Amino acid sequence: MGFVAARWRRPKTLAVLDEWGLGGRQFGTWITWFLVGGDFYTAYTVIAVPALVYSVGAYGFFALPYTIIVYPFVFTVMPKLWHVAKEQGYVTAADVVHGWYGSRGLELAVAATGVVATMPYIALQLVGMATAIKALGLIGELPLVAAFVILALYTYSSGLRAPALIAFVKDAMIYIAVIAAVALIPGRLGGYGAVFAAAEEAFKAKGSGGVLLAPSQYAAYASLALGSALAAFMYPHTLTGVFASRSANTIRKNAVLLPAYTLMLGLLALLGYMGRAAHLKVASANDVVPALFHTVFASWFAGFAFAAIAIGALVPAAVMSIGAANLFTRNFWKAYVDPQVTAAGEAAVAKMASLVVKAGALLVILYLPTQFALDLQLLGGLWILQTLPALVFGLFTRWFTAPALLAGWAVGLFGGTYLASTDGLKPLHALTFGDTTLTAYTGLIAFAANVTATVLVNLGVRSLTKRPSN
Amino acid sequence: MVPTTRHRLWLLLLPYIGLLWVPFYNFRDPALFGIPFFYWYQLAWVPVSALLTWVAYGTYSHED
Repeated sequence: MGFVAARWRRPKTLAVLDEWGLGGRQFGTWITWFLVGGDFYTAYTVIAVPALVYSVGAYGFFALPYTIIVYPFVFTVMPKLWHVAKEQGYVTAADVVHGWYGSRGLELAVAATGVVATMPYIALQLVGMATAIKALGLIGELPLVAAFVILALYTYSSGLRAPALIAFVKDAMIYIAVIAAVALIPGRLGGYGAVFAAAEEAFKAKGSGGVLLAPSQYAAYASLALGSALAAFMYPHTLTGVFASRSANTIRKNAVLLPAYTLMLGLLALLGYMGRAAHLKVASANDVVPALFHTVFASWFAGFAFAAIAIGALVPAAVMSIGAANLFTRNFWKAYVDPQVTAAGEAAVAKMASLVVKAGALLVILYLPTQFALDLQLLGGLWILQTLPALVFGLFTRWFTAPALLAGWAVGLFGGTYLASTDGLKPLHALTFGDTTLTAYTGLIAFAANVTATVLVNLGVRSLTKRPSN
Repeated sequence: MVPTTRHRLWLLLLPYIGLLWVPFYNFRDPALFGIPFFYWYQLAWVPVSALLTWVAYGTYSHED
């Protein structure tokens, strides 16, 4: 299937980065809808969001407001960014930043953050895939390695067209599985009222969590939703989907249409409570969705759902590796190794880089504890959010300067990482003002520090540079 | 560019207000089909937010 993609809407050549890495910037509304949908609502999400709701209750539901408020942001910001990229032939976020500020340092900061934040994300897609493969009854590392080889080969040969085509199949399958689950399971468990009552009882017995938020969780809930929404489209894989669109209006239309996936995600999150109501005994919360499907569905349909999740992981993993490969090619290779690289040379380097990135993610999964990838992915969200000022502020004003943005990035990234490390790599940090304590998302706190530092340094830089001319 | 119609963009702030101020909706009642208010209120924001974005889109539909 993926190999057919090389021939689908065949370009004159695939040996150009615009073609391999951005599908020729020709994706219309529907292809973009499937591609960004498949790439943003990842296989890992399908496993992890219900797992979090299962473990902690209402707090885990923050994924829903997050994936609603992300779209007004996409609607206002991304079409402008697309115009800049299209007009100048930019492929990555770091290209855009270099174009505006002419600073290799800032370009490198944005590119490196993008690559480092994406690696653990790819690793987690492999975790999602491994969970689904295990649920299918296959054991050992062989199925994972096989899936990996398929992924690597089809991305290598077809570039972004491959995941775009697979996304159609995968999303249709996942929609069928989720609709069947939310339509059938509550009936088996005595209706939604019974599901919530059972969940409430389970949380009470457990002594933590609940189906409503505690007042102390309000700020955490809202700041996680806002911080995640601002970070979501700073990732190389989501930006790749944006840049590959045919027009600015394609993106605007998708900001209207993509919430259909959010509705699915919200319903999926409720599976966590259904897991509680079904009194599942699971070794790890990540097994809730597979265990629930095994309990309530006929085995052939459960198999279909797991296959959907496993195939589903291929799409984001492929787009992530392409996004990271584009960054490597444009902002490391072209910037430092071979500035005279030809268009065909760029595509060749990107293909190799995508293989290396995926091999790295596979090694992380096989040889390091999964918790390591989880921790890194959490930090990845914090890190990628710190690139927002450099990438987005320039769309609205030319006031900011490269040294200020670089300083803000450093303050946010290193300060945020330090805060997270003092909190045992939990995403929340308690701020104390006098005698009130506010617990909020560390990424958003770091972002506030980043913006403050950027503004202060920029005032300093501008007053220094202005003085001689006065 | 028609500045007057760009006023519709302010509609896009509504989802942020409606969803980020948690005390608005952290209740059990009124429940809908057994689903507590907290959940169906947030789920209801999905189509509402999409609709608001569609109205804002009307501002741009003739551009590229």
